[in-house]
Amino acid sequence: MSAPALVLEQVSHHFGGLRAVDGVSLTIGAGERHALIGPNGAGKTTLFNLISGEIAATSGRVVLFGTDATRLAPHRRAALGIARTFQITRLFPGLTVMENLLLACEALDRRRLVMHRPVAAYPDLHRRAAELIERFALTAIAREPARHLSYGDQRKLDVALSLAGRPRLLLLDEPMAGLSAGESRAMHALLDALDPAIAVLLIEHDMDVAFAFARRITVLHQGRVLTEGSRDEVSANRSVQQIYLGMGAEP
Amino acid sequence: MASVLALLLVAGPLVLGSYWVGLLTQVVILAILAMSLDVLLGYTGLPSLGHAAFFGVAAYAVAVLSTTYHAGVWTCVAAAVLIGTGLAAAFGLIVSHVRDVYFLMITLALGMILWGLSFRWIPVTGGDNGISGIPTLLGHAGLGAAGPAAFYYVALLVLAACGALLARLVRSPFGLTLRGIRENESRMKSLGVNTWLHCYLSYVIAGACASVAGVLWAYYNGFVSPTYLDLTASSELFLMVTLGGPATLVGPVLGAGIIVLLKNVMSAYTARWLLILGIVYIAAIFAAPQGIWNLGRRSGRARA
Ligand SMILES: Nc1ncnc2c1ncn2[C@@H]1O[C@H](COP(=O)(O)OP(=O)(O)OP(=O)(O)O)[C@@H](O)[C@H]1O
Ligand SMILES: [Mg+2]
Repeated sequence: MSAPALVLEQVSHHFGGLRAVDGVSLTIGAGERHALIGPNGAGKTTLFNLISGEIAATSGRVVLFGTDATRLAPHRRAALGIARTFQITRLFPGLTVMENLLLACEALDRRRLVMHRPVAAYPDLHRRAAELIERFALTAIAREPARHLSYGDQRKLDVALSLAGRPRLLLLDEPMAGLSAGESRAMHALLDALDPAIAVLLIEHDMDVAFAFARRITVLHQGRVLTEGSRDEVSANRSVQQIYLGMGAEP
Repeated sequence: MASVLALLLVAGPLVLGSYWVGLLTQVVILAILAMSLDVLLGYTGLPSLGHAAFFGVAAYAVAVLSTTYHAGVWTCVAAAVLIGTGLAAAFGLIVSHVRDVYFLMITLALGMILWGLSFRWIPVTGGDNGISGIPTLLGHAGLGAAGPAAFYYVALLVLAACGALLARLVRSPFGLTLRGIRENESRMKSLGVNTWLHCYLSYVIAGACASVAGVLWAYYNGFVSPTYLDLTASSELFLMVTLGGPATLVGPVLGAGIIVLLKNVMSAYTARWLLILGIVYIAAIFAAPQGIWNLGRRSGRARA
């Protein structure tokens, strides 16, 4: 467990001429709570895609738990212990909440290739799925197809799916975005209650939320790391103040 | 509802004349084929327009082996299924890399290549004329000249066996991953599933099952011709699944029944039965977009 959960070395990704992520270096220790903030279009989601393997880095290295993952496909990176949520939720809309979670529970299990026995024959998978359902307060709608869920429940399911494989590094892309105040508080509580062994990288627009959650914060701006540090260091940083106050001043 | 269908299939030949037993045999064999496509199209969400290829190739294998090489029944059956499955295993390496309309186009193209081959490779396939003189299955097995009802029940048994195996498959953890790929493949990948492999296996399994149907078809008809491999065959098959109800396994059986009966009954009265089929299909899209089998189910229920 000595290797950091994530090491990014000078990672870049260019969309044509646009340097969406431009030479980002970042280290996240095992169990660390880290927030990634930055204005719209700063490259936060693109950075997540580079870490999880959705897109390949134009240059630089991505190291997960001491393994060079730069060229690995997303499913191979997941097998190393990384999971993520998406800014726009990605669920299995036609499957029930229970099926969504069963799927997520078996995804990293060899039994995903079993063809001759019903899923129902594996009570441990069901137990794990049921635990997540309970923890995320989805019990009442466990048999509903995911597409019928309220937006807030869809967000919760998205996070629950990402936890099902027992990741050691969790990437959360604005899990509170679009939630009501109450839903947002509930999500907050769920995130605070996460196993401390899981390293979490959280993208969050709301600085207060980011500061409340994470001990260390990285500020991304135009694809580059503007600064990285503790809450106090970051909030004292002049360029951060400029970007955020500038942004906040706009109507 | 499913038991009504089963009863019809089991008891039908007891009361029907040989013409209708023949039609029912066609229904049963094509139902196996449609069910196999359902694994791909309905469960995995891969729209193959070349699925009749494995059916056709297996039928040709039976024809060539039983006539040119005078092979025994088990050799014919085993070799034909192996060849059909092997072909699916080879095609699968290519098609599992693409999705949606590209999947449609590539499966279509591969199907057309085989159709062209059956048409042009005259020394082996007999070209346009096809191959005739295939023995009946029971005759080939040395059971003498049993009536059409006996073969019908063999086919029905195979349908039941394939149906039971596929029903098991779609309820298994693997089957669940197929539905996951259909619903959201990128999420499946990020959860840690090698979706390429799962699509590949789904394609090969569907191909194997289609080959089984092809073997029965060759024995049923006694001849094979390139029409088994053409686009019409594959698109009729596509219709059976979508009309009957994808991702239900039973729906495609119903779809096969409707289309075979429509085709045969209508073609007795009019040459424009394709037009009628088209109208039926369009009507079904509006009346039962999820397929006829799903009509009775509670709306809002999750797809299987
Ligand atoms: N697939 C793509 N093709 C081309 N450009 C893209 C693509 N994805 C993102 N971009 C561009 O890259 C830049 C960074 O986008 P990204 O989504 O990473 O920002 P973000 O920090 O997540 O923003 P937000 O806070 O709005 O989610 C933006 O200018 C965006 O337009
Ligand atoms: Mg974003």
